[in-house]
Amino acid sequence: MYQHDVIVVGAGGAGLRAAIAAHEEGADVALVSKLHPVRSHTGAAEGGINAALHPEDSWELHAYDTMKGSDYLGDAPAIDTFAKQAPEEVIQLEHWGMPFSREEDGTVSQRPFGGLSHPRTTYAGAETGHHLLHTMYEQVVKRGIEVYEEWYVTRLAVTDHDNPEDRECYGAVGYDIKTGEVNGFYASDGVILATGGNGQAFDHTTNAIANTGDGQAMAYRAGAPVEDMEFVQFHPTTLPSTGVLISEGVRGEGGILYNGEEERFMFEHGYANNEGELASRDVVSRAELTEVNEGRGINDEYVHLDMRHLGEERILDRLENILHLAEDFEGVDGLDEPMPVKPGQHYQMGGIEVNEHGETCVSGLYAAGECACVSMHGSNRLGGNALPELLVFGSRAGKHAAGADMGDPEIPTGPSAESEDGAIESPVEPGTIGDRADPVLSDGGAVASPEELLESAVEKERERVDTLLERDGVNHAEVREKVQKTMTENVNVFREESNIKQALRDIREAREQYQHVGVADASRTYNTDLIHTIETRNVIDNAEAIAIGALAREEFRGAHWRQQYQERRDDEWLKHTMLSWNDGTPNLYYKPVILEGHEQTYEPKVRSY
Amino acid sequence: MSTQLEQETEIEEEPTESRESVAERLSEKRREQIQEDLDTAEKTIQLKVFRYDPEIEGKMEPRFDSFTVPFHKGMTVLDALIYARDRYDSSLTFRHSCRQAVCGSDALFVNGQQRLGCKTQLGDLEHPIRIEPLPHQDVVKDLVVDMQHFYDQMEAVEPYFDPDELPEGELEEQRQTPENREKVKLSTRCIWCGACMSSCNIAAGDNEYLGPAAINKAYRFAMDEREGTDRKKERLRIVEQEHGVWRCQTQFSCTEVCPKDIPLTEHIQALKRESIKNNLKFW
Repeated sequence: MYQHDVIVVGAGGAGLRAAIAAHEEGADVALVSKLHPVRSHTGAAEGGINAALHPEDSWELHAYDTMKGSDYLGDAPAIDTFAKQAPEEVIQLEHWGMPFSREEDGTVSQRPFGGLSHPRTTYAGAETGHHLLHTMYEQVVKRGIEVYEEWYVTRLAVTDHDNPEDRECYGAVGYDIKTGEVNGFYASDGVILATGGNGQAFDHTTNAIANTGDGQAMAYRAGAPVEDMEFVQFHPTTLPSTGVLISEGVRGEGGILYNGEEERFMFEHGYANNEGELASRDVVSRAELTEVNEGRGINDEYVHLDMRHLGEERILDRLENILHLAEDFEGVDGLDEPMPVKPGQHYQMGGIEVNEHGETCVSGLYAAGECACVSMHGSNRLGGNALPELLVFGSRAGKHAAGADMGDPEIPTGPSAESEDGAIESPVEPGTIGDRADPVLSDGGAVASPEELLESAVEKERERVDTLLERDGVNHAEVREKVQKTMTENVNVFREESNIKQALRDIREAREQYQHVGVADASRTYNTDLIHTIETRNVIDNAEAIAIGALAREEFRGAHWRQQYQERRDDEWLKHTMLSWNDGTPNLYYKPVILEGHEQTYEPKVRSY
Repeated sequence: MSTQLEQETEIEEEPTESRESVAERLSEKRREQIQEDLDTAEKTIQLKVFRYDPEIEGKMEPRFDSFTVPFHKGMTVLDALIYARDRYDSSLTFRHSCRQAVCGSDALFVNGQQRLGCKTQLGDLEHPIRIEPLPHQDVVKDLVVDMQHFYDQMEAVEPYFDPDELPEGELEEQRQTPENREKVKLSTRCIWCGACMSSCNIAAGDNEYLGPAAINKAYRFAMDEREGTDRKKERLRIVEQEHGVWRCQTQFSCTEVCPKDIPLTEHIQALKRESIKNNLKFW
């Protein structure tokens, strides 16, 4: 058993930031990640980091833009905390040597981004995430923070009290990918989940192959509810053949979208008469797909993003990486021709329910970054707000887990925050199937001393791994592809009731298939067949939660568009969709949105750009 | 237990298992699916992939397996490997994550050159395509190599920013001229894929040689005007040691294979010049 004060699961931006903060607070902290830290998907973030640094800008404006962008589904205390702390986090990164793009006077450059009232996006070329990730990993190396790399955390050690709010988390179980060792990570002060996105629930995504929603699924099954999972951001500019992201920075610098008839459709078809290409991401994604669906797309699939008029010098200075991506992954020279783009799954606004200290309702269990939902993005995240989020809330979670006194949280968590029961007409029963004692499927832990609890969780995981390795069965890829395909077909940018129901049926079928999954590779050495098999169960749980939320929410808000419900319905739906695993029988309920902020109460307004 | 795959070692060329025999083990449904994919593809491509597993009977002796995969325009080496794994043999093992040349997981030895699988177009390669693990590193399994030595070298150069002094006031940034940023810009693009180290003959013969990636990391900080002169001297001391910059014989192999086009050899030479300047004494 490995012992530390704080265990951080995942070593991307949020995990690294949390680990540094916990270390600075004096804790013995370790990072456990299925990838080496520099392989994390934070490295693929391109555009930038929003922070109100300029004297004419203010945290209040940043908070307002974020609340408006969220379509009034963000919680004001989270948004205010975020906007206030973002500048110091950005300057902290700068002090750590992050190679930001600079102005002539040597100060950090800031550029315009979608949905922002002031140019407040700091950046490092079009490779901001890469530099953020490497800069923070350098700081982890400097501090000698222990990293268990290529250790895959498969389960949390959580007590099994009936009410999740009575449960406690004492650590996690990891599987050493290199050797096949299964062992426990005991955390005396807290486990912080920082496992990133769940884009692998879709088949056209900017997310990495590793982004399988492991943290969301583990926390969910351990009793922490997931929140607003139906809100999935589809980025408007991804390359059609691979899903590789073309940064919003291209439009921020002046890139223009054209349809197949060479119309600048954002203006000419009235999607966003003021902001045009720089309207919020959900608006642009829907506009592009409408163009394609109405026959004005190119090859019935995509539209064009043109940046040629910016000139070679400016492109090379600020967007050089985009040229390489378009060339390597689509065979297009961005200096010579427009780039084909279409919407692709990009970001999960929802996630594990946490408060502004990163705490879930399970004592000792934290979450930060994309896997968490605090909630500051609400129903739509603004470009450039994900990186500062992982800095602010990663840092806060690390500090709190290490014992800092941060006062009482304003955001309530757990079933006691419920304001209203929820129900959907699901065509199939969601949740667990069959024998709950089946080692491949069961997850709960008995009440015992913390060490015994962890040891018993380790034993169960050993049994699960042995069973998976020994038995013959269905290949994970078949199951995963089924889920990805139905999600992209049925729970995409445009959502219709019958389609969402079809997705729920397909997910159920995938879950049934998963009952018979087996790992063909019998080796204990670097067995990716086994890892992908375990991940696939997490993909199923994430997809199901997204589909349930999508069916439940009968309105059009932010990224969630419903054919039958073409309006935002504030009288009924100013509330968060909550889903708790409820030991295998998912329970849907709601909790209210908090619009009362530190300085003002936000009044929902019509969101137009 | 692991085995070292030497670049020059002649590996048994004859595949011990043909595609047909790999395919024989598949279910009928899967075989039909593959056949349909192959029939409807523009053309098909054959991969010859290095296989090794230290604990599985029949795989302990390194060998090559052949996989026939359907080809479509834009397909990369990584796409082909994923197809082979998901359709033919789920035990085929390689690292991959982002698919867009930024995570640095999938540096491989493809047709005799270090390349990232995800940014190498199949259409640009001679067929059949031969895929091996990075040379000069211990093979863990199939295409996965042990990266520990590479990481150790990266961390040996004290790879973290250490400014002379931080500005007063919490929200004050350090000024850096755009020119100075430009000077270090290319060096900061490194994704730690290890292609350069694997291509370097010096690193192959001298296991203690810091290698191009680590020296490039040292360059990134040594050339940053915000670090003080004393710190720069310390940094130069690290790279001018016996197994540092002077080992480089400017063969440019690292520069040629770098997937991020970092002028590694130039950066190494720049540090040689800085070291000389640093050691010059005027009486």
